[in-house]
Formats: sequence, C-alpha cells, structure tokens
Amino acid sequence: MDLGSLQRRYIDFTSALLREGILDGQFTQLQQLQDESNPDFVLEVVTLFFEDSEKLLNELSRTLEQQVVDFKKVDAHVHQLKGSSASIGAQKVKDVCMAFRNYCEEMNQEGCLNCLRQVKDQYLLVKNKLETLFMLEQQILAAGGSIPMMW
Amino acid sequence: MAVDSEAQFHVLAVDDSLIDRKLIERLLKTSSYQVTAVDSGSKALELLGFREGISSPSTPDKNEIEVNLVITDYCMPGMTGYDLLKKIKESSSLKDIPVVIMSSENVPSRINRCLEGGAEEFFLKPIQLSDMVKLRPYLQKGKLKDQQPSLHQEQEQENNSSSSNSSSSSTDNNGSKNKRKAMDDDDDTDDDRVLPEKTRPRLSTSNFTLVSYEEI
Repeated sequence: MDLGSLQRRYIDFTSALLREGILDGQFTQLQQLQDESNPDFVLEVVTLFFEDSEKLLNELSRTLEQQVVDFKKVDAHVHQLKGSSASIGAQKVKDVCMAFRNYCEEMNQEGCLNCLRQVKDQYLLVKNKLETLFMLEQQILAAGGSIPMMW
Repeated sequence: MAVDSEAQFHVLAVDDSLIDRKLIERLLKTSSYQVTAVDSGSKALELLGFREGISSPSTPDKNEIEVNLVITDYCMPGMTGYDLLKKIKESSSLKDIPVVIMSSENVPSRINRCLEGGAEEFFLKPIQLSDMVKLRPYLQKGKLKDQQPSLHQEQEQENNSSSSNSSSSSTDNNGSKNKRKAMDDDDDTDDDRVLPEKTRPRLSTSNFTLVSYEEI
C-alpha cells in the first residue's frame, strides 16, 4: 500500500474510534504531547495502562469470586481503573467503571459481576484497537511518511 | 532581582498513579516547567525538608529541593492530598508554597474544603494542557514570595478578596467553559451519591476554580 493510502487508512481508523466513543479527546491530548523529544510517549502511557488494567481485572475477578465480597476493595480497584482509563481516553472502559462503582456502593454482587464482564470486553476491544493503531503508525513511518495529526 | 524565566519554575507533582505521574510530568515539561514527581505525600514532605515541630524557618538545607508549586492528587493511600496540603500550610517554612489539588471526582464539599485549606486551585482530572497555563500566576507568586515575603503577603490578601468577588459573578459565563468538566464530565453521574442531580447547577465548581483568574 502506498503512503497516501496508509495515511488515509490511519485517519479513517482513528476517526472511527473517536466517533464510536471507544477513544475520546483525552487520547488526542496524549498524541499532542508527543514530539521528537518524546516520540514514544503515547506508546509508553498506553503500555502502562495495559499492564495496570490487566492486574486490576485479575484482582477484580478474584475479589468478586470470594464467598464474602469486600466491596470496598472492589470499589478501590474500579476507582483506579476508572482513573487510568480516563487518563488515556479509553472512554467506554471509563463509562462501564462508573456503572460498576454504583453497583459496588449498592453491594450488588450480580451487578458487579455483570460490569466486570462488560469492562473486560471493553478493555479487550480498546486494547485491540490501540494495537492496530500503533501498527498503522509503524507502517506509515516505515514507508517514510509522517503520522497525520488528528486535531 | 528579576523574576527567573519559566524554565526555572520547579513543580513538585504528587500522585500515586504511575500513569497520571507520567502524564503530569509530560504536561508540565511541555509547559517548560521543571518537574519532580513522587508517589506519596510523605515522599513529597521529605523532599521539601518538612520537619514536624520546627517553628522557625532557618536557612534551607542544601539537600532539599526548591519548589515553586506543589500539584497533588487528592485520593492517595495513607496521606491524602488534603493532608499534604494541611501539613504544608501549617509549616512555617513551607506555607508559602502554592498548592494545587487534582481529583478525578467532582465533589463540591471536597473542593471547598481544599480551597479553604489553602489550596490555590482544584483541577478535575484528566488534566489538560490548558490547565498548565493556569499554574503560571501561582508559580510567579511562589517565586516572588521567596524573594520578598512581606510585600506579597499583602498582595495575596488583596488578590484573594478581589478574586472571590469576581469568581462568584462569573460562574454563568465562564463556568461552563473553564470547568467544563464540572458540568459535562461523566464524573457527574458517577458521583450522584455525593452530588445529586438537582443540586448540580447551584454547586458549580467554577465558583471555586476561578479564584484569581484575571481573564474573567
């Protein structure tokens, strides 16, 4: 594929993510903070998000499977996940976390388990999309071009 | 002595989240501020050279860093951002350092408490590049205070009284623009338990966050 097509594909892909609400303006903000002196900034932050989220999701599964659920602990984990997803612009993940926290407050185990399923789905979705996005960026750079700015 | 250039402003950022620390560090550096980022209030106090019970400000210890502003997360295990704020404001050697608090939660009573506790401003997370510009007046104040303490204590009192007048009258116009997050952010629904729908319009956080904004 020629450079122009790669760049167009990148633009379409990113626009769709923003339109579908999988990513929001905060992600664009991260991209704006990246420059020649910090060329991997977005990748670094997103990688931290992946590591952090996977740990939290595992913890959440474990905590919610207990006989007696410690909802304060669950809430603390969800709070952290909500914060980090908001920080990178993973809007749908953040949205599920908000509903999740309400169920924690109500001490509703069923509701929480439901949210856990949803948040895992949304996390995997955004992870997949971001990995594709980074791959598209690499293709553009490999073809000698520059990544179109989406703002 | 002339005020130093922006590159000389040193901000101490405190946040237990690694992601947020990375973010705030980048935001601050992009804005040409020098940054030191730590993950807890106790580490922050250590760096600042805080000593419990010492009342007289002596000459600074050479090992301590000079900080022009502290920006801290509110929700942290152990020492919260509020606790850190209080410790700084109660220390005779540190009380003049401006402190800004960040939080992912839009809780008016929390915001109010922080501002009353001496915080210059309260930012809602995620922090934006545009928020960095708002730090400048506090940094300048902090730096000048170092050099001319008595003059700027008076100035601060003046600023506080005039800005509290201006902020209350400007909520309608600038409220939604400046603290758009207070109104639009999803956090609002998240915090229904602390910020019920029907009280939201009255409890605009822009009341608080517009303290000392000159552009009103």
